[in-house]
Amino acid sequence: MAANVRSRHRQHATGRALIYGGLLCLAAFYLMPLWVIITTSVKHLDEIYAGSFIGLPKEITFDAWRSAWSEACNGTACKGLKPYFINSLIMVVPAVILSTGIGAINGYVITKWRFPGSNFIFGILLFGCFLPFQAVILPMAQTLGFLGLAGTLAGLVLVHTVYGIAFTTLFFRNYFVGVPDELVKAAQIDGAGFMRIFVSIMLPTALPIIVVSCIWQFTQIWNDYLFGVSFTAGENAPITVALNNVVNVSMGRKEYNVDMAAAMIAGLPTLIVYIVAGRYFVRGLTAGAVKG
Amino acid sequence: MATLEIDRVRKSFGSVEVLKGVSISIADGDFLVLLGPSGCGKSTLLSMIAGLESVTSGEIRIANDVVNDLPPKDRDIAMVFQSYALYPTMTVRQNIEFGMKIRGVQPAERAKATLAAAEMLQMKHLLDRRPSQLSGGQRQRVAMGRAVVRDPKLFLFDEPLSNLDAKLRVDMRTEIKRLHQRLGTTIVYVTHDQIEAMTLATRVAVMKDGVVQQLDDPQVVYDRPANTYVAKFVGSPSMSLIPARLAVDGAGAVAVFDIPNEKPARISGIPIAKENATKFNGQNVLVGIRPELFTVSDGKPGRTISVHIDVVEPTGPDTLALFQIGGVEVTARVPPKTVEARKSATLTVDTTKIVLFDAVTEDRID
Repeated sequence: MAANVRSRHRQHATGRALIYGGLLCLAAFYLMPLWVIITTSVKHLDEIYAGSFIGLPKEITFDAWRSAWSEACNGTACKGLKPYFINSLIMVVPAVILSTGIGAINGYVITKWRFPGSNFIFGILLFGCFLPFQAVILPMAQTLGFLGLAGTLAGLVLVHTVYGIAFTTLFFRNYFVGVPDELVKAAQIDGAGFMRIFVSIMLPTALPIIVVSCIWQFTQIWNDYLFGVSFTAGENAPITVALNNVVNVSMGRKEYNVDMAAAMIAGLPTLIVYIVAGRYFVRGLTAGAVKG
Repeated sequence: MATLEIDRVRKSFGSVEVLKGVSISIADGDFLVLLGPSGCGKSTLLSMIAGLESVTSGEIRIANDVVNDLPPKDRDIAMVFQSYALYPTMTVRQNIEFGMKIRGVQPAERAKATLAAAEMLQMKHLLDRRPSQLSGGQRQRVAMGRAVVRDPKLFLFDEPLSNLDAKLRVDMRTEIKRLHQRLGTTIVYVTHDQIEAMTLATRVAVMKDGVVQQLDDPQVVYDRPANTYVAKFVGSPSMSLIPARLAVDGAGAVAVFDIPNEKPARISGIPIAKENATKFNGQNVLVGIRPELFTVSDGKPGRTISVHIDVVEPTGPDTLALFQIGGVEVTARVPPKTVEARKSATLTVDTTKIVLFDAVTEDRID
């Protein structure tokens, strides 16, 4: 009996070791590119060309980071990624706020102020989620030209806001469906109107899904390349487009360390957002399932 | 404080008619209970009184003012919901003050009203908690507090006790009754629980399929149900309805029950008007007898009936005895240990409270 228990215990421990061993291997495999990017970005260029690609740097230097941030050339100018980083910020902040805000109101109306055809409209909005980027480029370009926003950051903000509404509406609709209708009725009897109920009651309960929507939209918009390259040019390009230009410059020796540093700079904001707000993201995604 | 008149109100959702011409009128300070099974339209009617649902036709008047087209906030009402509907992100205090804040009540006055309500409902210590930190009964109190601070003309309760456990339900029932006695405000209360209706109401409206079956004092509804539906719905165990034939002898109306292989049993002294006795003479009727109208016979001859007891269910204070008369199951409430299962017993019936129904229309015969 005792031996039986002990052997089962040993089996259990072996199983555990196998699982964790496997997971560690997989993690190492997927972290490899990040490892290469980070180590390469802090090496001297000579060291890279000497053949050390995967190993630890002999001497850590942040020259490549400085160069990527403020000196790297992208074919037209040599000002680094800084101006384009700022472009992306100018684009992403209003686009995230607008698309999340509009999605919240849409979700609120679709669930709590149903009108004839509201389900149909929600269906059409859902359709927007499945619309590939490529399909809207030409009509969008025409629209931007018509509005006089072609090639501007404001135009890009509009494109991302419109494209994002489908997703944010879906998020908020699914969240607000779980909020009891009686809350709205109680507030109506208390004398609250449409906006007052939205601001004082619905939005505070929706905090988890607001975080989800913001993270989702931030990542989508920050990482977007296609809309950026299609609707902006030169000075107004977002960082993804600038990164591509920096990496593709073909003059003299290829500066791998600068390329890697530039890639890290472009990817850092989304990384930070996930690390800071990641646990809210998971909580928000599961929150709709359980009625508060 | 106000009267409430519901005048031939109808409500349709598309082609489905939910309320089919409901008329109810109650006086200032009345406690009206809308009683009925789910789907009878009682909650819809309450929503219409609150202004959360539109009125298809007819009129609703609060304190003699037609409110059909007034939004909820202008009707001077307060409502307590089944799920309590407390605002989850606000503290109890903020929940109670929210309505006053919107109406522009000054902060000092708000605090005073909140404190008064909290004291009355014994929840002063809960004011800074959030709804998620409260038990069901406490949430119920907060919901009532939120209604009380409004000082409305009309309180509306939508099945407020159905989410509570049995013990708490009885406590909160008393609490609501106390609130009504203290404030004297007119109340409309929706429930499917006939005990709640009996204990709380000054007026009960029994509803079925969008039609009011009977609107009366609870005791009248219990003693003189308008039809077999009300008779069955109110009272637990419910009234037994025994098919019989009406006969008339020198003393008055007699109910004759056919018993297989035996001679028919007779109960005389059925309390109906003479002209109805003549009218229904020889016809089929349903004899309604509440369980407590039976007593164990002391052997003296009179209004007795011999039965064979099938099952005995002791409840503590008394015992329910089940037996057959005329092919239907009948329940009698008798003192404990006075009858035994699978034995014969002779029971006396208090005929003064027997109710007679037409076997065809199922309406009461007076």
